[in-house]
Amino acid sequence: MRIGKQKVALISWLLILAALLVGVFLTGSLGGGETESVQVAMKDAVLHDVNQISLFGIKDVNPGLISAFTVTAVLLILAALLRIFVIPRFQIIPGKLQLLLEQLVGMFDGMAKRNSPWRNEALGAYLFAAASYIFVGTCFELFGFQAVTTEGNSIALPAPLSDINGAIALGCLSYLFIMSGGIAGNGIRGIGRTLKEFSLPISMSFRLFGALLSGLLVTELVYYYINLSFVLPVVVGVLFTLLHALIQRYGRTMLPALYYGEGSEPGEKKPKKIKKKRSAQAAA
Amino acid sequence: MTLPLNIDWQQILLHLFNFAILAGGLYFLLYNPVKSFMEKREAYYQEMDKNAREHLEQAERLKTEREEQLRQVDQEMEQHRAQAAQAAEQEAQQTIAQARKKAEQLMEKARANTELEHEKMLQSARREMTDLAVTATENLLLQSESDPYDQFLGLVEGKEAREDD
Repeated sequence: MRIGKQKVALISWLLILAALLVGVFLTGSLGGGETESVQVAMKDAVLHDVNQISLFGIKDVNPGLISAFTVTAVLLILAALLRIFVIPRFQIIPGKLQLLLEQLVGMFDGMAKRNSPWRNEALGAYLFAAASYIFVGTCFELFGFQAVTTEGNSIALPAPLSDINGAIALGCLSYLFIMSGGIAGNGIRGIGRTLKEFSLPISMSFRLFGALLSGLLVTELVYYYINLSFVLPVVVGVLFTLLHALIQRYGRTMLPALYYGEGSEPGEKKPKKIKKKRSAQAAA
Repeated sequence: MTLPLNIDWQQILLHLFNFAILAGGLYFLLYNPVKSFMEKREAYYQEMDKNAREHLEQAERLKTEREEQLRQVDQEMEQHRAQAAQAAEQEAQQTIAQARKKAEQLMEKARANTELEHEKMLQSARREMTDLAVTATENLLLQSESDPYDQFLGLVEGKEAREDD
């Protein structure tokens, strides 16, 4: 009796799945059938030159910038909520949420102190902000928030740093921040030290862009073909995105911290003057 | 101004502006308060640690002082004990010497008394003998009919017989 019921349930489930599949294939043509070819879709994913979004009617911008604003808004709202409702109730012996927040802050503060024993207060704050932005921004594409393009199409908002402008902005800002540490620590010599690493902003920008873009492209490709849209996106989308989020967060915070520490390290005093003085004394 | 690869300076600046807002907001809302709290807690525990160390040091110091005091008290007690023993020894020797002296004096006195008594007894015996001899002589002289020697003997024997009774 019981086995009979199970058989009926199994057959029903398979029938429902088959009906859904038939529906999927009947409602759209196979091989995409979208308005754009795969080449156009890939090119647009890289350059964002087709699907742009209007920024309050002022300017048409890449979707990545809208994502960046959204991520910033989400993070600031979350931070404000934590500041109002959680931080005033901090205890000497921390609870779970307090422990998580302290771990996050302590991790970047410790990273700043380890890599730059000099002038590391601003560095810790910068690393915390950059890491939060990269991690949340990369995970942001998992949620698939929709936006309407200037051409009236609906697109899922991508990660902010998969936009080349966002990656360049963060790469250059990291470089400027490293330079500011050099200036604060060594004055004009600090600029010279930082300028030695002139390829840093380009490499950081494009590596960040390339890393995030690769994930985006693979996901786009998978979603482009309907045949690949079952099960595979779960693995590709979630795992790739999470891995990118973690790896890029680590890389983009570790590199600036290292270079900042090198740049802000106080230079050794020149012993020449002392030698001269000693030789003059000896001569006298 | 748009460059190849759709690089747009304006959008780059907008991204920078966006990140500056995010960094500032996160610093003031989250990073700084949490870090301040952690530093306060660290200071609190350091203060506790410092206080505990101070208390421990104070306790160690007190322990050392008390041990020193105890050692001093022990030394003083030892000195007092030695002094008392020495005083008792001296006193005992003095007492013994006095007792010896007194005993010698007593012995001397007893010897003198004994000699005196002996002398007195001798004198008494002599005097008694003399009296007896005088009495006997008088009796002999009074009783001239018998031999005086026999009378003397008879007198002496008669006296001994009375003493035996």
